Amino acid sequence: MLTAENLGISFVTRMGTNKAVDGISFTVEAGKITAIIGESGSGKSVACYSLLGLIPQPPGRIDSGRALFQGQDLLQLTEAQLRETRGRDIAMVFQDPMTCLNPYMTVGNQLMEPLRYHKKVSKAQARERALELLEEVGIRDPASTIDNYPHQFSGGMRQRVMIAMALINEPKLLIADEPTTALDVTIQAQILELLAALQKKRNIGILFISHDLAVVADIADTIVVMQEGKIIETGNRDDIFRHAQQPYTQKLLQAIPTGGKSEVLQKSEPLLSIRNLSTWFRQGKTHVKAVDDVSFEIRRGEVLGLVGESGSGKSTIGRSILRLVPITSGEVIFDGTDITALAARELKNMRSRLQIIFQDPFASLNPRMTVFDTLAEPLLLHGLDNRSNVGASVLKLMDDVGLARSFVRKYPHEFSGGQRQRIAIGRALATRPEFVVADEPVSALDVTIQAQILDLMRELGKEYSLTTLFISHDLAVVRKLADRIVVLQKGKIVEQAGTSELFEHPRQPYTRQLLQSIPGRVLRANAT
Amino acid sequence: MWRFVGYRLLQAIPVLLVVITVTFFLVRAAPGGPFSSEKAVIPEVKAALEAQYGLNLTLFQQYTSYLGDLTKGDLGPSFKYPGRSVNELIAAGFPVTAELGFYALLVALSIGGVAGIIASLRPNTAQDYIPMSAAMIGICMPSFLLGPILILVFGIYLEWLPVSGWGDIPGDKILPAVTLGSTYAAYVARLSRAGMLEVMSQDYIRTARAKGLPEWQVVTRHALRGGLIPVVAFLGPAFAGLLSGSFVVETIFQIPGLGRFYVQAAFNRDYTMILGATVFLATLIVVFNLLSDILAAWMNPRLRAQFAEQ
Amino acid sequence: MATPVIANIVEAEEGTSLWQDAWLRLSRNRLALFGLAVLVLFILIATLTPWIAPYSYTQHNLDLGATPPSAAHWLGTDIFGRDMLTQVMYGGRISLAVGFIATAVALVIGITWGAIAGYAGGRIDAVMMRMVDIIYALPFMIFIVLLMVVFGRNMLLLFLAIGAVEWLTMARIMRSQVQSLRQQEFVEAAISLGLSPATIVRRHLIPNALGPIIVYTTLTIPSVMLLEAFLSFLGLGVQPPQTSWGLLISYGAESMEEYPWLLLYPGIAMTLTLFSLNFLGDGLRDALDVRGAKD
Repeated sequence: MLTAENLGISFVTRMGTNKAVDGISFTVEAGKITAIIGESGSGKSVACYSLLGLIPQPPGRIDSGRALFQGQDLLQLTEAQLRETRGRDIAMVFQDPMTCLNPYMTVGNQLMEPLRYHKKVSKAQARERALELLEEVGIRDPASTIDNYPHQFSGGMRQRVMIAMALINEPKLLIADEPTTALDVTIQAQILELLAALQKKRNIGILFISHDLAVVADIADTIVVMQEGKIIETGNRDDIFRHAQQPYTQKLLQAIPTGGKSEVLQKSEPLLSIRNLSTWFRQGKTHVKAVDDVSFEIRRGEVLGLVGESGSGKSTIGRSILRLVPITSGEVIFDGTDITALAARELKNMRSRLQIIFQDPFASLNPRMTVFDTLAEPLLLHGLDNRSNVGASVLKLMDDVGLARSFVRKYPHEFSGGQRQRIAIGRALATRPEFVVADEPVSALDVTIQAQILDLMRELGKEYSLTTLFISHDLAVVRKLADRIVVLQKGKIVEQAGTSELFEHPRQPYTRQLLQSIPGRVLRANAT
Repeated sequence: MWRFVGYRLLQAIPVLLVVITVTFFLVRAAPGGPFSSEKAVIPEVKAALEAQYGLNLTLFQQYTSYLGDLTKGDLGPSFKYPGRSVNELIAAGFPVTAELGFYALLVALSIGGVAGIIASLRPNTAQDYIPMSAAMIGICMPSFLLGPILILVFGIYLEWLPVSGWGDIPGDKILPAVTLGSTYAAYVARLSRAGMLEVMSQDYIRTARAKGLPEWQVVTRHALRGGLIPVVAFLGPAFAGLLSGSFVVETIFQIPGLGRFYVQAAFNRDYTMILGATVFLATLIVVFNLLSDILAAWMNPRLRAQFAEQ
Repeated sequence: MATPVIANIVEAEEGTSLWQDAWLRLSRNRLALFGLAVLVLFILIATLTPWIAPYSYTQHNLDLGATPPSAAHWLGTDIFGRDMLTQVMYGGRISLAVGFIATAVALVIGITWGAIAGYAGGRIDAVMMRMVDIIYALPFMIFIVLLMVVFGRNMLLLFLAIGAVEWLTMARIMRSQVQSLRQQEFVEAAISLGLSPATIVRRHLIPNALGPIIVYTTLTIPSVMLLEAFLSFLGLGVQPPQTSWGLLISYGAESMEEYPWLLLYPGIAMTLTLFSLNFLGDGLRDALDVRGAKD
């Protein structure tokens, strides 16, 4: 139905010409899902947007290729002809449902817009159709919510609205650009299910763009792997997963966290005990109970996984332990001392023993400090080194986290995401802490980089004899690293158990739902 | 929404009270009483005058009685024009100033808004640079410089337009309105350009394009509302600026408006007139700030909902 | 810092700091550079005026009267036969001084206020910003006019009054900077390292908040100069025997029909300065990537 041949796209800027897409070819068949997989910057989105003329030109420029859709070359259409196709025969669903709906317009009006514009139907007819479709995509009570504004919907509901909007003209092809990346894992599972069901029912073709092989594994028929603007490998799903030919594809497959931690930890005494911890935030006259009466222990040397969806309070627990947010009540006992009761001076000394690694390596480094300054700061502050010998320690740290020594005078903005996270890890380990909070340390990274950083953390954990609280929304990642897992929902602990115990015999329905939502079921079935 | 309006109205009351109080005591604290500059006045006459204007009371009594009069809308008598009240003077001058301000606002919004939107549609091209350079000139060319230059060019050299008066000769309102409005047209142009650029880079604009809407509909239906909120929020400050700007423009073009009265009162040390006019103008400005805030909040459904909850 | 130690150990590549990056971007912006050059030139002239002015400030010649520009008087003379170039130079001294000093007043008050409010947070912040809100809603232009009327036209008062208006926005910008920086993870990281609040402010907050402050300061100077000129034009600002561009424009406007150069040259001087400051400010905003500062 859609055949793209030798598609080439460049971006021309003052700094030079950058070939974003370099002669790629792929097809989407009616009633089938073709997935394009690639890491950020691989050109996957640019390629798909160019089909509908949605990349700005300039700086974008289409160098070569054809894109045949129903006998027409999309790349040769005039802007007016393209507009006729957009939203009528080919529709799109985007990544972030929070920003993709117009906040100034009711959902209903936005939903009816493509229908009213392309099919010139009356407002009443359009409204009726919109209500039907909202019902179909699983919006409860559409009659009373159709006139609401987008901010009154949750992320998952907005994405359902986006899907309804894409389908309202019964298009033949749907382009979905990372449609579940911004969503929680249980919502992601629901949206994927919905997409698959709607696709079957309407027998339409879907071009599904994603960075996540596991997500794609569950729904795609054909998989196209892209790297740096080129197609590395194309094949049907099972072939790719069973007999990937290309090293890059294999690397991507290996990067999908599967299985658990191999070595089993000896039981040891608790290093950190959290007792009846509550952290509430004021919101107007009421409180949001971000953390609500939570108790658990972390034993010396263990990695404890703290798992939950957004709003579960998992990050707040990490920050509460380090006294980065004021707690409401409870105790945090570290090696016999209640951290919450420490005076400023004692706290300062204690801080060298507990450290934190953050999610976003773009925000967690001071943009105006060099690697040297960032790494030397904790060493000098806690008197571990003086100015004359701090240099050697900084270089040792850089070796440990796998950063080239020659980068020592560079600034954060000159590094990639993975390198920045290495700097941040180096800063956290500088004072040789016993305990580290790792707050979603790999969520902002590409999958292959993710695997590298996880490996690094595992090695360093052993080398530095660390005890780790590993916070993540991603159960598969946690499974790979954690000895035990605590599952949180809305500020309360749902379940805690050893990692393999939890995965094999979840006791609570919420835990079961979480486990079932982990993408890549097909993949896991193949692996066993 | 009504709660928000009510909340903002409540907020305006302390502001007004501060304005009135500060103005009152500032004027009273002025060195030299209102009649001290006059030639030697017979003590009895002076006492009589002071009694007439309530100056023999303590300062606090004067203040409370002034507040009392204010609630009845009475701004008191003028010192300099015996027999005329401040209310009468304002009633004579304000309609002219209001008309001038209205035309100037019209100039600012129409020219500025259109220029800003046009510029934002093709950033970093001639279509952007030309109106934005004009806007920069507007910002750097204050009304008291632009006014005389316009008079020189259009009034004296070209003899196209009259150079003074208000409503006496046809066309005599054009130059003052343009002079007063130009600075604000420039600000509106810059604000609307920035606002539109911000909105046009949002994801939901891409969604609108993906629906197949033509570009003009993308702009009018999806971008304008969000893009122009900064302009609406600027209306309040702009109104305040127009009022004080009218001091200069009315002086230059010899327009018998409130602004010119105010400046004259300032030089004549007509204290009650200054006090009354300040209170009057300040109230207007506070009210307009309120209105533009409410309008801007109302245009944003999210804010509207937030205030509805509170 | 102790980077030289490193140089002995490895061949380190030089990094490019954000400031260097910004300077590179600024140096490619021709309008901003032009603005900077004009500004430096005008400041230099203003500083050296008493020594380089062609005539003395008080020298007049009633017999000569107003003459158009000539070899002896490059910008002509006014009705008292005073050299216009000298007048414009001395006027510029005052106008620029008002611009810079009143901005400095605003800067000091605004940054202190905003930083305290933003750093303290909670109730202190709420009270401090509420006060700013209330003062912000006051009709300031009218107040300044009133102040000048009531207390006579004195320069110190002028600085204070203008500074008092402009500090509000400065305080708001500083507060929002501090607040958003405080929530940045690198500041949380600094707290968990155990750095003292003073060190965090000095090493992590100030260097990062500086960009918007620089940009806004640059854009505040022209609006302050406009305010001064506005008041002087009304006769409520700078008073004779001192002069400023606003005052010269006001004199020029009175006799513009006969002697247009009296209006033209101070007008050009002032407009050029305002242009330069605005171009420089816009350029700095782009170079430092400051969003939302003043439009």
